[in-house]
Amino acid sequence: MSNLNNVWQSYRVIISFAVMGLVLLFVGLNQSWALVLGIINLSLISAIMALGVNIQWGYAGLFNVGIMGFAALGGVSVVLISQQPVTEAIEAGGLQMLIALALGVLTVATGVLLNKKGYNKWLIAAIVVIGYLITRYYFSDAARVIEKVDPAITGYLGGLGLPIMFSWIVGGLVAAGAAWSIGKITLGLRADYLAIATLGISEIILYVIKNEDWFVRGLKNVFGLPRPVPYEVDMQKSEWLQNTVAWIHRSDLELLAQSEQIAMLSDYVKGTSVVFVKLCYTGLFVFILVALIVLSNLALNAPWGRKVRAIRDNEVSAAAMGKNITRQHLQIFVIGSAIVGVAGALLVTYDGIFIPTSYQPLRFTFLIWVMVIVGGSGNNLGSVIGAFIMWFIWIQSGPMGLWAVEMLGNYIQEGNTSLEFIEDRVHYLRLIFMGSIMLLIMRFSPGGILPEKNKEL
Amino acid sequence: MVSESVDIVNAFALLTNFVILPAIAYGSQLALGALAVTLVYSVLRFSNFAQGDSMAFGTMLVILLSGYMIGRGWTITGIPTALIVIPVAIIGMAVYLLTMDRLIYRHYRKIKAKSITIVMSSIGVMFITGGIVRFVLGASAQRFEDGERFIFSVREFKAFTGLEQGIALKTSQFLTITIAVLLVAFLFYFLQKTKTGKAMRAFSDNKELALLSGINPDRVVQITWLLVAGLTTIAGALYGLDKGFAPQQYHLLLLPIFASVIVGGIGSPIGAIAGAFLIAFSEALLTYAYKKFLIYLLPLSMHPSSLVQLIGTEYKYAISFVILVIVLLIKPTGLFKGKVIVDE
Repeated sequence: MSNLNNVWQSYRVIISFAVMGLVLLFVGLNQSWALVLGIINLSLISAIMALGVNIQWGYAGLFNVGIMGFAALGGVSVVLISQQPVTEAIEAGGLQMLIALALGVLTVATGVLLNKKGYNKWLIAAIVVIGYLITRYYFSDAARVIEKVDPAITGYLGGLGLPIMFSWIVGGLVAAGAAWSIGKITLGLRADYLAIATLGISEIILYVIKNEDWFVRGLKNVFGLPRPVPYEVDMQKSEWLQNTVAWIHRSDLELLAQSEQIAMLSDYVKGTSVVFVKLCYTGLFVFILVALIVLSNLALNAPWGRKVRAIRDNEVSAAAMGKNITRQHLQIFVIGSAIVGVAGALLVTYDGIFIPTSYQPLRFTFLIWVMVIVGGSGNNLGSVIGAFIMWFIWIQSGPMGLWAVEMLGNYIQEGNTSLEFIEDRVHYLRLIFMGSIMLLIMRFSPGGILPEKNKEL
Repeated sequence: MVSESVDIVNAFALLTNFVILPAIAYGSQLALGALAVTLVYSVLRFSNFAQGDSMAFGTMLVILLSGYMIGRGWTITGIPTALIVIPVAIIGMAVYLLTMDRLIYRHYRKIKAKSITIVMSSIGVMFITGGIVRFVLGASAQRFEDGERFIFSVREFKAFTGLEQGIALKTSQFLTITIAVLLVAFLFYFLQKTKTGKAMRAFSDNKELALLSGINPDRVVQITWLLVAGLTTIAGALYGLDKGFAPQQYHLLLLPIFASVIVGGIGSPIGAIAGAFLIAFSEALLTYAYKKFLIYLLPLSMHPSSLVQLIGTEYKYAISFVILVIVLLIKPTGLFKGKVIVDE
């Protein structure tokens, strides 16, 4: 027994990833490869998001409860960068909207500037209120005009029509900007102010996205986002894919008659094109994840990382050594949120559709937190394995819940109202289930699956 | 001249009916929730993120119990059944909270964990509690009031005063204000005058010193959770009677409640109440459409054509957030100087 334990202790990383790989292999062999690749891709995106949170929590003890909001900002960036501009709407209300936004920025900037110079607080308040009223006057007019332009299809300003990959960087920058302003206000005060403020800002970001139709169409969603990888339909027409598939399956195909061969081949091509497209995404996501992990590990082993750990483990003595703790925390908070923003942009790119109502605190904020804690806070590889494990459980918990209800149904006679009741509500059990996992890990295995190596105790 | 002064009275009747009364009721509900957060914060030393969902849990108990009572026909005419079952619901809530404390929070107190770790575990509790409520009652909105809806209605008020605009006092508003006043009076009496209350304050001010003077920490913690159970259940039930029950809305109440606590000065009970009313009045005043009000006050030529609404109702949660940010920028300790708890 102790022997086994020793093996586990020394090869934690290899064993945990190998077990996860085997589980995915099992699903692939039994169900379909497209399904497995789907799970892997979403795990990879979640892993990137968890990495950002891990940087905040594991490196600096910053508690971000607004992951959902930062991910949504990444998603918004995808729409604003990659969609074609709606010229009609821009002609109708673009200029007015620009004036309104400029006035809004001007108002806030004046307020901040006057506050810094120490003017009378009431004067500043009056200026800000008047500025707000003027802004709102222009703004509501502009919004109304823009939303009237073909509301069933557009009704918004559209985006810049740039390549979608560009939006990943922008998503990171936008999230970083939001994080900077939140951090500037709350960091340096009590630790839980940051938690409260991030919770608030993420809800507000979603209120804005859902209610401002002129911005990213609100609840009408944005469909048909461009892709960074080829489309399945185009793939199926290409010569080389057909030839490759024919070559791979040549032994199967040889046995069939001519007409059956063609039908069979087109089936194979269809399946392969789906897998191929998903593989392209996998490649992209793996590249980004590995790059981020390498970069952050390099930084963590550099003098910067030692400073970060010193501050985390003992703020008082680090401050006595002349380290600026608030500044350091702000830096880490911005970096972590930027990574969450990039992951949010990747997610919307992968989905090809922007749905504001899909942003639920459970799915974004809480699930990601459970990933970080299960994997091992402070350990980047831990976030990755945590993301894979928890995403797999998350995906499987829906069908498993229904299966459990069916099993239960075998014991209860047909038409029982309590069974219908449970079927109706079984998905809320996810909340209880995920909450329990988090609390159990926090209580009994605070280090997670892969505990941090260089934690000084 | 006479008509003008009547217009002014009408305008303020309008404002009372749509802004002042609802804001007082909402402020009282927030204040009770904020007091619960303040108690947990002062004695147990963490910001309880599960407060909103705990209020939903308490309301769920009230709904289930009152549904049972109404089903049996055990009702008293004129009084909402929900009010009668509140004491039983409080016991249920107390059992739930004490169980959670025993299973989760006690461990972190024992190992003297950082307060942010306990905050995190309270988020776990938040999801579990929210899950239980949604599983039992579903996620959709419902109303559970019965009995008389109004103490006096708009029509009765109009007939009585002869004004064009009426004021209605809803039973839920009347109950909210009365119960909140009584409860707050009891709480302050308890904390200031009784021996247990004094022990709680001593424990909150200086834990080591309190332990040295022979105060039993477990008992203080238990009493705190009992008080929190009472405040939480009553706040939840009153909010539900007033505005209807919807789990998501209760979950989002967390934001105005935290804003109230911080604006008032975290850890200060008076501050929590003041903060709650500040938030409630700001929400009501900023989201009210002043068109009708101004029509009464301004001459015909200046009548507004738009709704004259400063902020859309959909952004009412943003208001508490903005107030929170402003207070953090200008006076981070809050209006009433709260205390700052440092990790041990």
